[in-house]
Amino acid sequence: MFAQGPMGRVQPCLTKEVSALEQYAVEMLHITKRFPGIIANDDITLQLKKGEIHALLGENGAGKSTLMSVLFGLYTPEEGEIRMNGKAVTIRNPNDANDLGIGMVHQHFKLVECFTVLDNIILGVEPTRMGFLQKRQTRARVLAMAEKYGLRVNPDALISDITVGMQQRTEILKMLYRDNDILIFDEPTAVLTPQEIDELMQIMRNLAAEGKSILFISHKLNEIMAVADRCTVLRKGRYIGTVDIRNTTKAELSRMMVGRDVKFAVDKKAAVPGEVVLDVQHMTVASRQHDKDAVRDVSFQVRRGEIVCIAGIDGNGQSELVFGVTGLENVKSGKITMCGKDITRMPIRKRSVGGMSHIPEDRHKHGLVLDYTLEDNMVLQRYFEPQFTNAFGVLRRREIRAYAERLIDQYDVRSGQGAQTLVRSMSGGNQQKAIIAREIDKEPELLVAVQPTRGLDVGAIEYIHQQIVAQRDAGKAVLLVSLELDEVMNVSDRILVMYEGEIVGEFDPKTVSVEELGLYMAGAKKGVDRQ
Amino acid sequence: MKKKHSSILRLEGVQTLLASLLCILGGLLAGFIVLLLIEPSGAWEAITSVLQSFFRYPSAKLQLKYFGQTLTRTAPLIMCSLSVLFAYKVGLFNIGVAGQYVAGACAALYFGLALRMPWWVCMIAAMLSGALLGALSGALKTYRNVNVVISGIMLNWIALYVTNMILSMDGLKNPMSPYTMQLRGVNPGALIPQMGLNTLFGNEKSVTIAIPIAVIMALIVWFMLNKTRFGYELKATGYNYHAARYCGMKENRNIIVTMMLSGALAGMGAALLYLTGIEEWETTISSVPAMGFNGIAVAFLGGLSPIGSILAAYFIQHITMGGGNVDLSVYCAQISSLISSLIIFLCAFVAFFKLAIQNHLRRREEACAAKAVKGGEDA
Repeated sequence: MFAQGPMGRVQPCLTKEVSALEQYAVEMLHITKRFPGIIANDDITLQLKKGEIHALLGENGAGKSTLMSVLFGLYTPEEGEIRMNGKAVTIRNPNDANDLGIGMVHQHFKLVECFTVLDNIILGVEPTRMGFLQKRQTRARVLAMAEKYGLRVNPDALISDITVGMQQRTEILKMLYRDNDILIFDEPTAVLTPQEIDELMQIMRNLAAEGKSILFISHKLNEIMAVADRCTVLRKGRYIGTVDIRNTTKAELSRMMVGRDVKFAVDKKAAVPGEVVLDVQHMTVASRQHDKDAVRDVSFQVRRGEIVCIAGIDGNGQSELVFGVTGLENVKSGKITMCGKDITRMPIRKRSVGGMSHIPEDRHKHGLVLDYTLEDNMVLQRYFEPQFTNAFGVLRRREIRAYAERLIDQYDVRSGQGAQTLVRSMSGGNQQKAIIAREIDKEPELLVAVQPTRGLDVGAIEYIHQQIVAQRDAGKAVLLVSLELDEVMNVSDRILVMYEGEIVGEFDPKTVSVEELGLYMAGAKKGVDRQ
Repeated sequence: MKKKHSSILRLEGVQTLLASLLCILGGLLAGFIVLLLIEPSGAWEAITSVLQSFFRYPSAKLQLKYFGQTLTRTAPLIMCSLSVLFAYKVGLFNIGVAGQYVAGACAALYFGLALRMPWWVCMIAAMLSGALLGALSGALKTYRNVNVVISGIMLNWIALYVTNMILSMDGLKNPMSPYTMQLRGVNPGALIPQMGLNTLFGNEKSVTIAIPIAVIMALIVWFMLNKTRFGYELKATGYNYHAARYCGMKENRNIIVTMMLSGALAGMGAALLYLTGIEEWETTISSVPAMGFNGIAVAFLGGLSPIGSILAAYFIQHITMGGGNVDLSVYCAQISSLISSLIIFLCAFVAFFKLAIQNHLRRREEACAAKAVKGGEDA
């Protein structure tokens, strides 16, 4: 299939026969795309067969998005050629891609919230007669398609009322309605429950069986192993190889992706919980979106030396729970105590100075001032301390620089111009490392970490998990909120599952199965005895 | 060689300067075209007289005198542009600067003419009244989420008519004209001291320490924004409101304080003009004085930097004065305002030109990268 060349690069052996050319729905041959200072795609070849599920695997920054943007006509490659069904094509813009039958389900859905499922499906290609919408035939066609591929949707439900899984099925129907034959799924499982993931996998298999060609972008090896036929791996903008899933293993794929062996389990000793650091009693937090409370009568404790993980599907009140604990949102009722002090109504600054560190869910919205330099972001939680501001309110620039440089060094934060780099220009992983350095170096009593590894590559995830475990071992209390089940199972000492604003179960990661957790996360089971 | 050239271009300050110069050039060109369309024969003479401004006067003494007047009018313009850029750093577009300027004029003249206070009391009163108006916009923004642009425009008109009303009172307004009484006659103590500066400018009476005060204020604003904890907080709030909240800054208080300080700067600007006695307030005026709005253009032309503001304010004032020299037998009276407003209009394109420069740099770099790789392959 492929031959191992020098430097670990693999040259694809292109099949020469004419008949073989015909079997590829899309071929991207020797694509090279350069940006100033970086080669985003360096001679990449991707060949998608008709009716196959082809996984595209790579870490963040490996060049997956650039390659897809090239396929969609958003970027013009400097070198290389795109062929469809053996014929060379030029794709200048997304409309061209659409005309060629290429469709994509984006990671963040592009749906109109206040429209129905059916309206969203026909949006942009509405069938009209004399300017009037003709929805009846369309409805029949959509229902027939849904039936054929097993895509359960209610065509008349509003997008804002349906589950994420159904929103995704709406996106898939949108592509099918436009007669797209090449379907691209960009990290489709990030927002789904284990059960919904299984369902999606079945849908993808159905689609492939009907002759659709599927490109499946992911960095989750389990899913690739479960559903894909072949897999192309990219690393740092380079083509590493294309393998048959039947003849490979998870370990081999991860080695190709990262360039070294990766440990999947986090090394850690058993937890030795000490006294209670965070005590939340009957906390209720109102929701900004609707009248129902986002967090309802939630009580839990976090002790010194343990990692308590809040698991659940996105949007079940985890964010609001953290907002309540950290003070970003006022709690409606209940009592929060940290290290014996009542902090329920305490301002954010006082909580922070009192020993709370917060790695926020959204690093761009909350965690960083993107237009500030790295050094200015490093002191975001401490700039007012006498160490960094003199008695006249003037910043001690030299101290700030020295402090930032120490953190950059210690936590290996990489950037173009060191402490003076604009944070906006840094990679996501290094931005996250900067936040983690800042929050951990504050020497907190309580570390609240919300999805600390979101969107990061395997190497960075490994590092961040080590740091969190190190904090636990240093006797800090850690409250971790995560949507990734692997992370939940590997890192935590205790799991609390949240469903619709309530804690519906408490588990020991050593004794609970992923499937069991999934049932609680989906609300199918609730109410286990809690101590 | 080439590398060095592009690295200079990459400096933020150089880009801003270049973009500002391009704007000025564009504005002059547009003005010239308008003049050509109206009457080609006098166009060149008209545009040069705009640019020459006071240099057209025959004697050195007269030149100095009008140079002094230009500087006197530059001082309030600097203050207005400081007001705009200060609020802009916190992410607020303070179009209410014009109203805050008017409120400042009102307080300065009322304290000077009615209460017979010394100049520094008048100036503080002007700052406070501008601050009050600014704080009102800020409070409406934080507590009622009213856009500062909307509240600013509304307050501009309110300030204008309240000012006209107050300054029309007996003892304030000259009974023979629509203007207020001359400070020089009523209360010379309210005039900003000259400290001998006037002797440098052909004994032009209006030249006072208002000019150095404005420059010092620009330096103070620069220091505050870039060197202090306060500036760090304000800019963080402006760049990312949510992050400011996350790290426990009092983001709502910051917005009100910013608008207050912004208003105080504008109010002080009015004091620096009216307390020199260079002109009186026209109590029948039915449009908000252009000084505040010009402050917006100056702030952008100066690349939103306090130091840039000083230079940009001088330039705008220079051509505004020069506009008065256009031959009115050839062109209609509005032509001078038209040319200066064309240039001011083009000033809004600083950001546009800056982007164009950056795009040009990026494209060239991409081309270089491609070439370098190709070269490498050949070797």
